[in-house]
Amino acid sequence: MSTAILMPSLSPGMTEGKLVQWLKKEGDFVKRGEAIAELETDKSLLDLEAAASGRLEKILVEAGEDPVAVDTPLALLATEGGSERPVPEAGPAAAITPEVQPGTETKEVQRPVFGNPPATAAVTSAERIAASPLAKSLAAEAGIALQELTGSGPGGRIVKADIGRAQGEQPAAAYTLVPHSSTRRIIAARLAEAASTIPHFYLTIDCRMDALLALRSQLNAGLPASDKLSVNNFIIRACALALRKVPKVNASWGDEAIKLLHDVDIAVAVAAPDGLVTPIVRKADGKGVADIAAEMKQLAGRARERKLRPEEFQGGGFSISNLGMYGIREFTAIINPPHVAILAVGAAEQRPVVQDGAVVAATVMSCTLSCDHRAIDGATGAEFLGSFRVYIENPHQLA
Amino acid sequence: MSAIQHHSQPQPELAVGADQLLHFYRQMLLIRAFEDKVNEAFLRNLVFGTTHLCQGQEAVSVGAIACLRQHDSLTYTYRGHGQVLARGMAPEVAFAEIFGRETGCSRGLGGSMHLADLSLGLLGSFAIVGAGLPVALGAAISAQLDNRGQVAMTFFGDGATNIGAFHETMNMAAVWKLPLIFVCENNLYGEYSPILWTTPYEDLARRAEAYAMPAEIVDGNDVVAVYSASMRATERARAGEGPTFIECKTYRQRGHSRSDPAKYRPAGELDYWLERDPLKQCEARLQSGFAVQQEKFDALRAEVQQQIDTACEAAAEAPWPEVRDLGPESLVEVRA
Amino acid sequence: MSTASSNPVEMTYREAIIAAQRAELQADPRVMLMGEDIGAAGGSFKLTEGLQAEFGKIRVRDTPISEQAFIGAAMGMAMTGYRPIAELMFADFMGVAFDQIVNGIAKHRFMQGGTLELPLVIRTVGGAGARFGAQHSQTGESWLLSVPGLKVFAAASPNEAYHLIRAAVRDPNPVVVIEHKFLFTRKGPVQVFDGVVSLVEGPRQLREGRDVTIVASLAMVERIQSAAQQLEAAGISAELFDMRVIRPMQPQAIVASVRKTNRLLVVEENHSLGGWGGDLVSTVVAEAFDYLDAPPERLTLPDWPVPYSPALEDAALPSVDRITATARAMVEGRGR
Repeated sequence: MSTAILMPSLSPGMTEGKLVQWLKKEGDFVKRGEAIAELETDKSLLDLEAAASGRLEKILVEAGEDPVAVDTPLALLATEGGSERPVPEAGPAAAITPEVQPGTETKEVQRPVFGNPPATAAVTSAERIAASPLAKSLAAEAGIALQELTGSGPGGRIVKADIGRAQGEQPAAAYTLVPHSSTRRIIAARLAEAASTIPHFYLTIDCRMDALLALRSQLNAGLPASDKLSVNNFIIRACALALRKVPKVNASWGDEAIKLLHDVDIAVAVAAPDGLVTPIVRKADGKGVADIAAEMKQLAGRARERKLRPEEFQGGGFSISNLGMYGIREFTAIINPPHVAILAVGAAEQRPVVQDGAVVAATVMSCTLSCDHRAIDGATGAEFLGSFRVYIENPHQLA
Repeated sequence: MSAIQHHSQPQPELAVGADQLLHFYRQMLLIRAFEDKVNEAFLRNLVFGTTHLCQGQEAVSVGAIACLRQHDSLTYTYRGHGQVLARGMAPEVAFAEIFGRETGCSRGLGGSMHLADLSLGLLGSFAIVGAGLPVALGAAISAQLDNRGQVAMTFFGDGATNIGAFHETMNMAAVWKLPLIFVCENNLYGEYSPILWTTPYEDLARRAEAYAMPAEIVDGNDVVAVYSASMRATERARAGEGPTFIECKTYRQRGHSRSDPAKYRPAGELDYWLERDPLKQCEARLQSGFAVQQEKFDALRAEVQQQIDTACEAAAEAPWPEVRDLGPESLVEVRA
Repeated sequence: MSTASSNPVEMTYREAIIAAQRAELQADPRVMLMGEDIGAAGGSFKLTEGLQAEFGKIRVRDTPISEQAFIGAAMGMAMTGYRPIAELMFADFMGVAFDQIVNGIAKHRFMQGGTLELPLVIRTVGGAGARFGAQHSQTGESWLLSVPGLKVFAAASPNEAYHLIRAAVRDPNPVVVIEHKFLFTRKGPVQVFDGVVSLVEGPRQLREGRDVTIVASLAMVERIQSAAQQLEAAGISAELFDMRVIRPMQPQAIVASVRKTNRLLVVEENHSLGGWGGDLVSTVVAEAFDYLDAPPERLTLPDWPVPYSPALEDAALPSVDRITATARAMVEGRGR
């Protein structure tokens, strides 16, 4: 069979050599190990030895001055039989050498172009703004343009402190950050917990307000402006009496038991600058509407100034939230745990009602009771609401 | 405590039986065929960088390593193929390492100059001249501590006897009386320089005297002479009597490395040494001592050639190592 | 994996070094000590005092002045079943055994295919400030910086010396533990323990702060601690780290710190070029780029060898005042 004799790589990094002269002619018989040509490498003159015995069948590359690349087939050797393993055919490099030739990197050599100055990587702008990496990222986040700032850092560099100052002066920001106060955090936590853990259901009832409003007018006529009774005061009283009638709604939910509270302490929602506060009217069932009014005035005032003592807003067995003054017709409120119910009071407004078969105008107020279904069932809630309505529609019973 | 044996006193040969001598012969054939095959493989571009071949020096490896037992250890140089094969590394594994394959003894990470196998006590070949001696010193210290009659052996060339690490190791081995056998392959050239250009005398065994260490000079191409001297040295070491220096006069038939045609040799020198080829000397012993016939030599030669050819082709087909994160190969990962 | 004894013990840096070696000699019969004058004399810095008397002349062994031999021997011993601790009297002497350390020990596991382990420790004493002159004052950290295959620990306090030495002996990798000659008499609490030491993690945080991250190693650590106190008086809160493990560098804690403080100052007793601080700054810039409010700064030795005459040597070392002034300038916007 015919095998190719290749130009060998004889020293590290050698890529080509010279074939100085052939020591054998075409047709000559060569013995394994015999020198058949003289090669010149970067280091020295070397003999090319026959890897196997056989006949030098064909010379492919003549001796000469031109360098020959490593792996180039130089000649064909016809070997006898199968006693010697054949040298792989021309083009063995692909079969043997790996894709990544260890030690030799395929790097593109960048040749410098002499005479031409190298192009600068970045075009220098007329005005280059010096800013620390931190300042840049903070400015980007806050939407502040660096060009508009003067830096206080070394050499006029814009630094973090400058961004901080700029944010303070910025009027037309896309938003204003309001960091959470502790009150906000507590409200958020409690309401999220209540909304997600208490199985709420809602009962709504409409109350005829005419009689109550008339009574209120009457009573208020004889009172100084600062002491006037509000509709809410009557509602608190009505709830207190209704809770006496339906004590299951004046309760506290616990893991092991429901506490049926002996006192009727009602928490009344008041809007304060920081969020909703619920001052408590203690033993409301024993207080008349006027007492309730006086107490609420005082509590609400201090609530708005965040001057309530803990015992004045912690605890209680029932809550009332009134959005009637904002014109809200009806709404549902979230129970304040561990209470088992909360009453959401809407506006008292003129509505058409059916009375004795005819449509008449009357003042109606819608109230929605949120109930904790773990503690109260529908009938109980309805009973309470029904009782509440009776008191509202028969206000003389509230005295 | 035995008197220091002077190298100028020739020592008697050990009697070596036919089987053992034939075994030596086959081992030397194996190394010769292996080295020739590596040369051929280089021409096929299977071997990268460079390699250092030891044709002509086979008797030193075979004769000396024959004296080592299972738990002995050895270090050797970048011209170390002979030592690893004599110690029992499979030719295919050695080829695969030289070819840079995953199945090589060092998984392709070391190459020709870093053949090792801890299970055979082959602690490593060292590309830095003389670097293997201190490491063998350490193995000898361990052997002394283990106290089970083990020894360490270190192979080095004539050039290494000029480097600092050699002298420090000789001194410490002598002072601590370590079971370390120094085997110097004096092949008359340190790289391209004949010995007398770099060393004040030719007999390197004289250096042992400076360390009060016994030494012998032997014909490094006579496997029985090497074996005899090595047995004496290893037995002394096992008995706790300390180190010995054995200078083996030999010759490398090829250049220093692959790219060296060794044209610096004086005319006639190579022929002189080819006449004294270790294989030829061994054949002569087998013929005269045990009436072994030429057919036996030819049969063994063919058998060994077949073994080497097969091993080489298998290694040439072996898989390449994966290009991957080699951090774990450098540092052992430690977890709490 | 370790059980601490009840209370930390107050001891000097020197005592901690001795205690750590004693503990390992007791815990494992394969642990050996060797070096110049470490046995009978207890070490030229008295860092092995009493150990030869306790453990005998074989396990605590004096060597000749032959760094190449005994450092290379440590490698040979580690390959043949032992866990040697070799003491290099001065870190500068790494130069004498450099071949064994960087070509041998660091590369051997890799070259043999990533299977063998070299559980050896080189303990060495480095550092300036003691008027020992240029050839006895390097820390040694820089010379080993670009050598994969080695671990390098730097002990800044008695507790660190104790823990780093013990962890180094347990580590299956070769570890160089650098001690500082200026710290020998420093006292501090050392948490001694029985059993196997746990893994050494990366940098050790010494102080929490808001305004600037300051990192140092060896004797510079106590200087940055003093500087932090001065800074506090000026209303600046510095977060401090002891680098502790120079190789492999583990910058994550520093990066996280700079994300918080926005400023980095590195103080090291090495020349600027090739000091580990350069690599740390480069990593922090890459990984915390958007958090930097000032360019990172480095305080290092000047680019000449350590002078002998006291004022010249002192001027070469970053002083507490210089550290404080640099940090203040960075925080107060008067820096670069």
